[in-house]
Amino acid sequence: MPESTEIMTGSSATTSGSDALKVIARDVSVHYDGKLALDHVSIDIPDRSVTAFIGPSGCGKSTFLRCFNRMNDTIEGARVSGSLKIDGREVNDRAVDPVVLRASVGMVFQKPNPFPKSIFDNVAYGPRIHGLAMSRSDLEGIVETSLRKAGLWNEVADRLNDPGTSLSGGQQQRLVIARAIAVNPEVILMDEPCSALDPIATAKVEELIDELRENYCIIIVTHSMQQAARVSQKTAFFHMGHLVEVGATEDIFTNPRDPRTQDYITGRFG
Amino acid sequence: MTDSADTSSIRDAVTQRLARRYRAELRFRVAGLAAVASAVGVLVLLLGSILSQGLPAFTVYQLAVQVELPAAEIDPQGDRSEASLRRGGYSEVLREAVRAEFPEVQSRSEVRSLLGLYTPLNSTRLMDQVLADPGLVGTTHTFRMPIADDLDLYLKGSLVEDRELETRGSLTLAADGDAVALEAAAPDFASLVQDVRDVLDAQLATIGHRIPEAEGRLEGLAGRDLEDAQYQLEDLRHDASQLQERLAAADGWLSLDDALPSVLVETGGSTFRLTALSADGRQAQAERMLGDVAGVTVDDWTLYVIDTPSSRRRVSDQLIVWTRALVERGLITKDFNTYLFTNADSREPELAGVKGALFGSILTMLITITLSVPVGVFTALYLEEYAPKNRLTDLIEVNINNLAAVPSIVFGLLGLSVFINAFGLPRSAPLVGGLVLSLMTLPTVIIATRAALKAVPASIRQAALAVGASKTQTVFHHVLPLAAPGILTGSIIGLAQAMGETAPLLMIGMIAFIADAPTLGFEGLTQPATVMPVQVFLWSDGAERAFENRTAAAILVLLALMIGLNALAIYLRRRFERRW
Repeated sequence: MPESTEIMTGSSATTSGSDALKVIARDVSVHYDGKLALDHVSIDIPDRSVTAFIGPSGCGKSTFLRCFNRMNDTIEGARVSGSLKIDGREVNDRAVDPVVLRASVGMVFQKPNPFPKSIFDNVAYGPRIHGLAMSRSDLEGIVETSLRKAGLWNEVADRLNDPGTSLSGGQQQRLVIARAIAVNPEVILMDEPCSALDPIATAKVEELIDELRENYCIIIVTHSMQQAARVSQKTAFFHMGHLVEVGATEDIFTNPRDPRTQDYITGRFG
Repeated sequence: MTDSADTSSIRDAVTQRLARRYRAELRFRVAGLAAVASAVGVLVLLLGSILSQGLPAFTVYQLAVQVELPAAEIDPQGDRSEASLRRGGYSEVLREAVRAEFPEVQSRSEVRSLLGLYTPLNSTRLMDQVLADPGLVGTTHTFRMPIADDLDLYLKGSLVEDRELETRGSLTLAADGDAVALEAAAPDFASLVQDVRDVLDAQLATIGHRIPEAEGRLEGLAGRDLEDAQYQLEDLRHDASQLQERLAAADGWLSLDDALPSVLVETGGSTFRLTALSADGRQAQAERMLGDVAGVTVDDWTLYVIDTPSSRRRVSDQLIVWTRALVERGLITKDFNTYLFTNADSREPELAGVKGALFGSILTMLITITLSVPVGVFTALYLEEYAPKNRLTDLIEVNINNLAAVPSIVFGLLGLSVFINAFGLPRSAPLVGGLVLSLMTLPTVIIATRAALKAVPASIRQAALAVGASKTQTVFHHVLPLAAPGILTGSIIGLAQAMGETAPLLMIGMIAFIADAPTLGFEGLTQPATVMPVQVFLWSDGAERAFENRTAAAILVLLALMIGLNALAIYLRRRFERRW
């Protein structure tokens, strides 16, 4: 329990550009086939900012990320307990339809995974299935706005009918981000979005994340501490299923309180 | 120092083994190449033999005759009604039409042998034509019919060994009734004399071997057995002496019989068959087979030799003579064999076709497609995407996999006891055949579909789910389209397999002689029918030699269907294939 109080203090100390709290997680635990993967994690995530989850492989950060849009439901034998509220609405409740939830929580995966359809259809898919566009021109408007927000419009405006898979890796990842923001989500989850990209594409995506921060609550899982330091305002360090430390990114990287955090960011393990 | 020494020793070791490694690689490549070459070789052999066997069946020799259709004969009641027209004497008018081509044919037995030119079933075809157009009654109608199967084979050159001999001098004919004496200016018969002598010599040699054998058998016999053996020996000796006598040709003539090649002299529309040859090769005795020539000398004549003796072939010299005359007169022509596609099965090979089996196959396949593909695909979808993984679904999966290995005849038994006996569905019907083949195809479709679904990357499912698609939307918008090429390929392979299946259809009575093609429609589903592979099987068993060619032709049609199906599979695969 001393951990959670520490978190509370940590989160209340956060001030950098965040207004209201978007996500409040309390005692979230995840078991895979009875094995504990995430142990009583509690965290507050502010809106209109980037929160980074860092930690060594298998520390539970991706597992935790999947709790936000209930993607753990699709994994056989996964059991999630605890409370996770987005805008005050409970997520981790059988009564909540994951389809409705996922419409408001977008997700970007490690490897770019555009649908094997045209660029237009990739972005339009979400609005189509949720009935967000009344007419074709509405839909075209949504697609253009999303692609502009994702910084991809200028590169693909003249070939919207080309397959999404024909783009380069970095472009594909931005296309996937455009697909996620096309349904105007409240939270965007990113699971190591740059690990399959080269440095130039990475820089573009990071720039994009920085822009998106103005409108969205972004949670990013990353292996790269430099990336966490560059794009996030708040950082949470996970280790062996525990949330070890959370705080303003500057504090975590310059003045970690826990020795494990210190060891990790100085590269002593991980 | 030590470093470089180490490296060189490793290099030496590698170099020493290098040749061996390359040899192993070469051996492997040669073995692989040999395997491919032998597979291709066998395939070429197979296709070659089927093609060479089957292609002749795609052509047919047809006889066109002018049939007079007098109202009195054809329409006994005189009212042009179907009942009346059906009672007409079509076989008589057809026989008269053919007989009109050979006015010299007078005797009853000769007229009867004229019927060997065509099958009597043609009179039914003639009736059908008249029924279709009653206006033909009272007119002269040009009727085309396929000639008898053996004569068709003869004209295609696969029934007898034959040759034509060049003649140098003129030929003088002197008729005496049916017998004709021939005298050639040059020794044109000389080579024939030699041929006949060779054949007789060979016959004598055979008997010569059997005489000592028969003599040896006499020892140790007594009573009745001894008498029999002695009698046989006497018989052989008698035959031998007769052959020797014939070879000696004391009277200057070598007589010909049905154990020797038939020799026909053809000149200006007349044909004579040699009955004896003079030893000097200048003279011959002959009998009239066709036409009439008396006391003339002709320059233009040919010797036509059929080396296969008439006692060892299915068509008589007389039928061959008539057939050759009809070809000469342009009445027998070689046409594309439309009967092969417009007729159902028939007892007569020249009228037998694959239409019935083809329609039966199409109807059966339609049932199989409409049942096995949707049921199989949805089963696989449920098992793969929705069903929980537990003992029950494991059991179902194992059972489906085992079902694919069940011998197909077992499905036939099931169809017999369930569909025919319990449900009371008709025998030999495409409906039951389709049901049975669906059962057989289902496991293949399910397994192929599951494999195709498994091959869709998880990232696509995650992407769809993360955008907020429901499970069903994910499956139908993304997973199924991506799995479609695999599902199609698997289904079509399963269907092709079903189309070539014979064994399960044995059990439900689809292996039967069915002379009427089922109609292509709902009512056809319950009409008796057979399918292509069964037709191949039935024809391969046919007594007539002409069925040999038709068997191969039916195989070619079946192969064409299969290739068509596979081409469709490849096309659909290309069409729906998407890369990710």
